[in-house]
Amino acid sequence: MNLYNYILRMADNSLILGHRLSEWCGHGPVLEQDIAMTNMALDLIGQARSLFALAAEVQNEGRTEDDLAYLRDVMDFQNLLLVEQPNGDFAHTVVRQFFFSAFQLPFYQNLDTILTNPKSKIQNPKLDILRGIAEKAIKELTYHVRWSSEWVIRLGDGTDESHKRMQLAINSLYEYTVEAFMSDDVDKQAITEGYGVVLENIKPVFEETLKTVLTEATLTWPQNVYMQKGGKSGYHTEHLGYLLAEMQYLQRVYPHSVW
Amino acid sequence: MEKNTPLWEIFIRSRQGLDHKHVGSLHAADAQMAIENARDVYTRRQEGVSIWVVESKYITASDPDDSDPLFEPAKDKVYRHPTFYDLPEGIKHI
Repeated sequence: MNLYNYILRMADNSLILGHRLSEWCGHGPVLEQDIAMTNMALDLIGQARSLFALAAEVQNEGRTEDDLAYLRDVMDFQNLLLVEQPNGDFAHTVVRQFFFSAFQLPFYQNLDTILTNPKSKIQNPKLDILRGIAEKAIKELTYHVRWSSEWVIRLGDGTDESHKRMQLAINSLYEYTVEAFMSDDVDKQAITEGYGVVLENIKPVFEETLKTVLTEATLTWPQNVYMQKGGKSGYHTEHLGYLLAEMQYLQRVYPHSVW
Repeated sequence: MEKNTPLWEIFIRSRQGLDHKHVGSLHAADAQMAIENARDVYTRRQEGVSIWVVESKYITASDPDDSDPLFEPAKDKVYRHPTFYDLPEGIKHI
């Protein structure tokens, strides 16, 4: 059952950020970026679908990927607080994406390495599916890191106005980043069971990406700030409820309706 | 916006071995961004394996008013097409 929770968390992160990005559809600053953001939204929602389907199989209680996405309430979601933060201006969206992708890429790379290592191979065909999902995601996430890094640099090292907005976005979102690297019981149990990523190991990779990109962007990140946490255990910011209300509306009002 | 992001012409090669074909144009600040925008705008449905971009201002086009002197003379010279040969039966791939 720990595996179920572990997969569910990854799925929730992808679903919620995917939904946030989809809110830009038709509202992007220019057509090219409108499409770029909705492309990434579809990457993330695709990951979420595969992960939810796998989580439902692991749980084996007859639930489907749709049940997991549409019929759980706020406290049942275990996504990071970072991904549920509102789009704000384009700077906030770019910075949120950059922070999350800079975490998600090394996470999946590490997961892939663990699941590929024949020594730690546990006899569980579900983990082979998880490895497949991770390997597909790595290609997508590599592009997400590239896209968001480019924009952090362009806007950070752009005009006075764009620099100011980027710095504001970093200052307001940075406090949501550390939660990703704090191990809790689910993370520890996952390591014991042989499929867990050691979060402390990927933190330096994340920090290195931040340092490289933000330095080139002439931006700084806050020091000694209070770090928010809670998403992984179901304690969310006020924003998630509104997001779910919109995302789950149809399934709640017309239960069991299908496409 | 227009000043900072000029127009770029996008060429996509759909498969190895084929030519790059013009597919459209988009706005971008520089070549790198033009490639990334082209990836997002024009290759979402597996249309391509390679992208060329060139800033539109570097393309010189023929003048539509010149179309008579440029293209009209070719019209009555059908003999330039290899359509007057009798091909033997059984020859393929021509």
